Amino acid sequence: SRLQGCSPPGPSMLERHGDGPIADITLLPLSEELVTDPSLQVEISDAVSERDKVKFTVQTKSSLPHFTRPALSVVRQHEDFVWLHDTFSENDEYAGIIIPPAPPRPDFETSREKLQRLGEGNSTLTREEFAKMKQELEGEYLAIFKKTVAMHEVFLQHLAAHPVLRRDHNFYVFLEYDQDLSVRGKNRKELLGGFFRNMVKSADEVLITGVLGLKEVDEFFEHERTFLLEYNTRVRDTCLKADRVMRAHKSLAEDYIPISVALSSLGTQEVCQLQTPPELLGRVASDEDLKLSDLFKYYMRDSQAAKDLLYRRLQALADYENANKALDRARLRNKEVKPAEAHQQLCCQRFEQLSASAKQELTDFKSRRISAFRKNLIELAELEVKHAKASSLLLQNTLIVLKGDA
Amino acid sequence: MAAEREPPPLGEARQPELEELEDGEDLFTSTVSTLESSPSSPEPASLPTEDISINSNGPKPAEIILDDDREDLFAATEEVSLDSPEREPILSPDPTPAITPVTPTTLVTPRMESKSITAPVIFDRSREEIEEEANGDVFDIEINVSDPEKVGDGMNAYMAYRVTTKTSLSMFHKNEFSVKRRFSDFLGLHSKLATKYLHVGYIVPPAPEKSIVGMTKVKVGKEDSSSTEFVEKRRAALERYLQRTVKHPTLLQDPDLRQFLESSELPRAVNTQALSGAGILRMVNKAADAVNKMTIKMNESDAWFEEKQQQFENLDQQLRKLHSNVEALVCHRKELSANTAAFAKSAAMLGNSEDHTALSRALSQLAEVEEKIDQLHQEQAFADFYVFSELLGDYIRLIAAVKGVLDHRMKCWQKWQDAQVTLQKKREAEAKLQLANKPDKLQQAKDEIKEWETKVQQGERDFEQISKTIRKEVGRFEKERVKDFKTVIIKYLESLVQTQQQLIKYWEAFLPEAKAIA
Repeated sequence: SRLQGCSPPGPSMLERHGDGPIADITLLPLSEELVTDPSLQVEISDAVSERDKVKFTVQTKSSLPHFTRPALSVVRQHEDFVWLHDTFSENDEYAGIIIPPAPPRPDFETSREKLQRLGEGNSTLTREEFAKMKQELEGEYLAIFKKTVAMHEVFLQHLAAHPVLRRDHNFYVFLEYDQDLSVRGKNRKELLGGFFRNMVKSADEVLITGVLGLKEVDEFFEHERTFLLEYNTRVRDTCLKADRVMRAHKSLAEDYIPISVALSSLGTQEVCQLQTPPELLGRVASDEDLKLSDLFKYYMRDSQAAKDLLYRRLQALADYENANKALDRARLRNKEVKPAEAHQQLCCQRFEQLSASAKQELTDFKSRRISAFRKNLIELAELEVKHAKASSLLLQNTLIVLKGDA
Repeated sequence: MAAEREPPPLGEARQPELEELEDGEDLFTSTVSTLESSPSSPEPASLPTEDISINSNGPKPAEIILDDDREDLFAATEEVSLDSPEREPILSPDPTPAITPVTPTTLVTPRMESKSITAPVIFDRSREEIEEEANGDVFDIEINVSDPEKVGDGMNAYMAYRVTTKTSLSMFHKNEFSVKRRFSDFLGLHSKLATKYLHVGYIVPPAPEKSIVGMTKVKVGKEDSSSTEFVEKRRAALERYLQRTVKHPTLLQDPDLRQFLESSELPRAVNTQALSGAGILRMVNKAADAVNKMTIKMNESDAWFEEKQQQFENLDQQLRKLHSNVEALVCHRKELSANTAAFAKSAAMLGNSEDHTALSRALSQLAEVEEKIDQLHQEQAFADFYVFSELLGDYIRLIAAVKGVLDHRMKCWQKWQDAQVTLQKKREAEAKLQLANKPDKLQQAKDEIKEWETKVQQGERDFEQISKTIRKEVGRFEKERVKDFKTVIIKYLESLVQTQQQLIKYWEAFLPEAKAIA
């Protein structure tokens, strides 16, 4: 039945081409070193889409002693990735690190709906149009699929590349434990708790810096704070707008399909060659999508993670300040000075460690961002030129045929 | 003998055998008399009025009276007595020189019964010119519609367009000339041509559509982009309409067309007013026609016509679908343009907030590129629309005209059949009278039989003629269609190529900026 012909591609529709990675992760913001470090190489070799779950096959090759075998392979779901991320972000030891943002939830909803609508016996389409539309939508589905795989892979690779995070126990468990992690999704209480925590966080931020009059003595951090706050907002907006452009491109590409079919069927005396522009247009749309909107999306999340780091540092600073005040009070009353001193020392150390680590992380963040943008903008421009040249050539060839046909 | 004549334009140069206008009457009576100077004299002047209706053989005579009596023209059962002296000239009362009777020729013409007259005769010399180029359908005439100008104020305001003709055809007074016309003039021209030629099988190009909303905006003086767009769209449509009309070898010779192109003053075409009584009458008649069509079950003996009927039906559907697809395309293209502009602004802001100088500059450059791309999108949308969508609209209307013509053929056939039935009845009646032995009534019956025999013959001839004309017209139409579509598609593809080339330029210029990020 037609509906059958429209089910999303799958199960395992990603094929390996030789030893290459399954998704072109160079499309994502990563520096080259990450991929080639031999001591710990992580990749997603396969992915299967089942109903509403995606199962990723994570393969690890490592020379590190922590693993029982040099080569490992496990199957993980999206929730496992989220769990892993949360263990990092909730771990105080990593407070001074920008935790790589968790990959977004796989979202095939729109694509699946479109395919379904197509299959629902839509009689206004001719057979040829239907075939092309199906091709187009399946291509879209495949692109989303590849993208989600890439995002999950990049998350793991960032973890693997980080000198501190890569040694985390939970990370090993994630990579090696060959049973189901049985990570239950956060229950309602936990989710709400998380939500409130986020709310409180931002309120705190204002409180800490505003009301309590915490003065930022370090210029570096002052600059970073202002910068990140604004940058995060802007990149969020740009990401949104880029998404809209991408969607508009797609609907334009879809518009061309019935037109090219109609023109080609308007008779042999007329043009039959108008088919290619729509395909090209569709492909440009999905490539652009990978380049620009992914870039912005990633940095939206990454800059959010950086903001979180700043927040944690400020919290540590607040703790430190409070510890100072407590110590002063203790000294005044001459009561329990020793513990107060110890506590203050602790807070001080923590704060200073955090600051030092944060400084490094933020510097890395900046250089990561710059090189990622550079790489992506160059590739974007090159891709655009390539596509425009290809389209132009195709169109010109068509014109030659048409004109010669007189 | 009935000469085969083409409703001709009245050329300027005189035919050697110019004959005196008889009776000093109006143009057409005189023309007619000249034609009928040939041996067989016309039948008695009093024709049964039913003969002459929209379904009549000859082209509609010069009944286009420029006053409120127009309604008559459009009545389905209009009775026009061609020989009636009340007939008025079709042209503006131009003196004699314009009327030059000519030797009838045998080009594609509507069959004309000697008694049913009509239209002006063709002018030989210009006909030759046109015949020479008839094979390629290329006549040396170029029409431009330009300079839309608002005349007057408020609800009585209208747009005047300049119609410029450049031609080497000698049927025109000059080689280059221009006149000012308003939209209703174009509609008036079309309705004249349609009345004369449609019912004998000529595919008369339809005029652009009226638009009350669009025009009201213009009248009210709304000076926004949508009313400018509307005026431009209309100007272009009027130009295409005229160009199509002059490409038609038969229509080109029509005196009304010539008058339209040449005369500095044109009597106002009154009954094209949107809400006029005549307009409503026309609508009603169209509906009646539609009902009639459904009840005529023609015995199509000619497979060609059956095939063509189906073909045009299919083509009509295809074009309508394509038209709506292109409109969706234009709409989405505009959306894309808006989104790109928004993205450009956002990228610029992002560039501003970026603290790394080179990256900041690159992002600003990206924003600029995207702005330029937005411009391209807008221009492309324009091209999508004008180049494609308007052509499709034109062809959808043209096909309606083709269907109309095929329809007329059916009516013609019906008329012929009806005549045969009546003849049969008359014969039966005569036979009865023979038996009843009533000599005086018998003679009348015999006379009636004769009359109906002639009508049957005429009906058959008319039917053959219209079929012949349609075949030729359809052939021409198809050639034109392919040519038109091809031209438009080529133009469209060229615009797409242009856009791509521009894109290449913009992105290649951006590349070094991206590479300069350090």
